[in-house]
Amino acid sequence: MGIIDNINKLFDHRIRLGIMSILVVNESADFNRLKELLDVTDGNLASHLKALEKESYILVEKQFIGRKPNTRYSATVLGKAKFKKHIEALEKLLKK
Amino acid sequence: MSEQDYLNDISEIKDLMNRSSRFISLSGLSGIFAGIYALVGAAVAYWLVTNSGSEYLILDGKIFRLVLLDLFLIAFFSVITAIFLTTRKARKNGENIWDASSRRLIINFLIPLVAGGAYILIILNQQKYGQTAALMLIFYGLALVNASKYSIGHVRYLGITEIILGLICALFPGYGFWLWVFGFGIMHILYGSIMFVNEKKT
Repeated sequence: MGIIDNINKLFDHRIRLGIMSILVVNESADFNRLKELLDVTDGNLASHLKALEKESYILVEKQFIGRKPNTRYSATVLGKAKFKKHIEALEKLLKK
Repeated sequence: MSEQDYLNDISEIKDLMNRSSRFISLSGLSGIFAGIYALVGAAVAYWLVTNSGSEYLILDGKIFRLVLLDLFLIAFFSVITAIFLTTRKARKNGENIWDASSRRLIINFLIPLVAGGAYILIILNQQKYGQTAALMLIFYGLALVNASKYSIGHVRYLGITEIILGLICALFPGYGFWLWVFGFGIMHILYGSIMFVNEKKT
């Protein structure tokens, strides 16, 4: 079925959906910012970020601010497109 | 997943998009206070100038400096009140007062405002006084419009109102004082009240 196909399995989880919601409206966000907004533990957030990175939905950039390592995340073109499709599918489902 | 789950998803997406990109804890009450300070300050300035004995404000260095001090005090108390009330509201919303959203809001607000403020001081030093009120309104309006992308929608309309008042003021410099009172006093109270009423609703 067309509509169900567009519902993205990867976005079926609250935290992964949350990460993408933040990254589509912000140029980028670092780990702590995501943690603060989503209210999750380090390990939990890291594993969901890994899952999104593996599918190339997000881009990971590691850098140093002074001596502290800082990891920034941003949504890729692919990630944004998939997210949009997912939202459209949700809307269609709800309109039915 | 049921329909209710999808609805929850959508409302959570909206909430995160808003929270991560906009600072929504601006307090309407602080707008009302800023307006009241502006009205009181304007009354003080009016009293200073009409009691100075001289026809022109600009000719008297002392009165002029007092008016500048008066302006500075209005700005100072408005900012202090805004910080206090906004911190209180942010705490209530569980929002961080100093995070990426509020920083972005303040930086984007300050860029046009500081540029305008510096420009006004420069031309005041060149004895060009006539457009001061108009320039204050215009640059303040631009600062609000610029900042509104990172905050609540009403800020944008207040900004546009100030810009229009500033342009009218530039056309009729003789009414500069009254348009300033209207823009900084009455409009702050009006928009502050609208925001305050909306806050109470939600």
